[in-house]
Amino acid sequence: MRYEAPESVEKACQLLADDVGHARILAGGTDLLVQIKTDVLDPSLLIDIKKIQELREINTGSGGFRIGAAVTGAELKEHDGLRAAWPGIVEAANLIGSTQVQGRATLGGNLCNGSPAADSVPALIAAGAKVVIAGPNGRRELPVEDIMVGVRKLALTKGELIVSFIVPPRPKQGGDAYLRFIPRTEMDIAVVGCGVSLQLDADGTCTFARLALGAVAERPLLVGDAAKALIGSKLDAKAVDVAAAAASAACRPIDDKRGTKAFRIKVAAVLARRTIQIALDRAHGKTGTTH
Amino acid sequence: MAKHHVQTTINGDPIEFLCDTEETLLDVLRNQLNMTGTKEGCSTGDCGACSVTVDNRLVCSCLMLGVEANGKKIGTIEGLASGDKLHPLQQKFLEHAALQCGVCTPGFLVASKALLEKNSNPTETEVRYWLAGNLCRCTGYDKIVRAVMDAAHEIRSA
Repeated sequence: MRYEAPESVEKACQLLADDVGHARILAGGTDLLVQIKTDVLDPSLLIDIKKIQELREINTGSGGFRIGAAVTGAELKEHDGLRAAWPGIVEAANLIGSTQVQGRATLGGNLCNGSPAADSVPALIAAGAKVVIAGPNGRRELPVEDIMVGVRKLALTKGELIVSFIVPPRPKQGGDAYLRFIPRTEMDIAVVGCGVSLQLDADGTCTFARLALGAVAERPLLVGDAAKALIGSKLDAKAVDVAAAAASAACRPIDDKRGTKAFRIKVAAVLARRTIQIALDRAHGKTGTTH
Repeated sequence: MAKHHVQTTINGDPIEFLCDTEETLLDVLRNQLNMTGTKEGCSTGDCGACSVTVDNRLVCSCLMLGVEANGKKIGTIEGLASGDKLHPLQQKFLEHAALQCGVCTPGFLVASKALLEKNSNPTETEVRYWLAGNLCRCTGYDKIVRAVMDAAHEIRSA
């Protein structure tokens, strides 16, 4: 197994494009090294992207954020500006694994590992984040919801890698949140995850909403019908009921050891309600964390 | 394929080693450098027995390649005591009987030290969440949490 640690995005893309075997990107390695050890993957080349400065930085400009793909969960948590603007994204990323895992695990890795249960992904989708992709033919952008197209399947082509996430400015009177259901309090994989981002106008009417679900389909889902139910309402009980029902209706889960189909469909509505409430509280300026 | 030549600093000492891509930092510490204080538990990042710090960041050494240590500052359990003088965390683990078989102990100590360097006055809840990635099958955790809280108190009042 070869190891390369290029210092530029262009060099990393070239290594990926030129590879005739099974090259893998090494960011935090918290999924990749386990998959190599358990013989799920046998890469011919590991391309360590942590020496590429652009991938290791959080940049703020025009109120939004550009988060490098190899920024770790621990670093996200230590970024006061990001935590204040998008607490849902930071909390979602910090639900992944232990303190030790947080020291290494990255946003780019959580997305590119291709698990529908990835915690940070519904939060990023709800926030309307975009991904900057670099490849042999230059750069392009895609919304986060268009990257993971199935279990372990990505919309990236040969030679492409994720450079950064572009997170928009936090809207005025806006709030976001992410909740997941697990049968314990820590160190587990989502049975269902739900991310919500909302914006209110001066009289409390919802002007913008996005709701995304994880672990209820072969890919993370953006639930447009839930957003429709919320936009234009005062987020009253009736609107939230319709949004929660839309969340359940969007699910196409599997039965597995973590939960049954029926349970996941039911929990999606419960989590949708709770997540909307936290995002609403934050839109009204209430602070506080979800645990 | 040629081995990687890695230059690193471990507990303040400059150290060089050669390793294959496949070798984890844990493999290198234990098998090449004879630093067997760091334990191998699950090897999949679930148990925390192999906890070390890399540039002051707590990580599992089983989830990091040896070659990735190049140019980094590594901290292991061997760096806790100064000669015969135990670190306050080690002393409190003894006083509170916060260990039985001892396999998880180096990982708990390294993780707890990293917590107290970041937060010298943690609540019990903060200690429990911070240490959620360290598994102990002997103690039931209460004694470990008490030892960490007591060590934090002692370090603060020193």
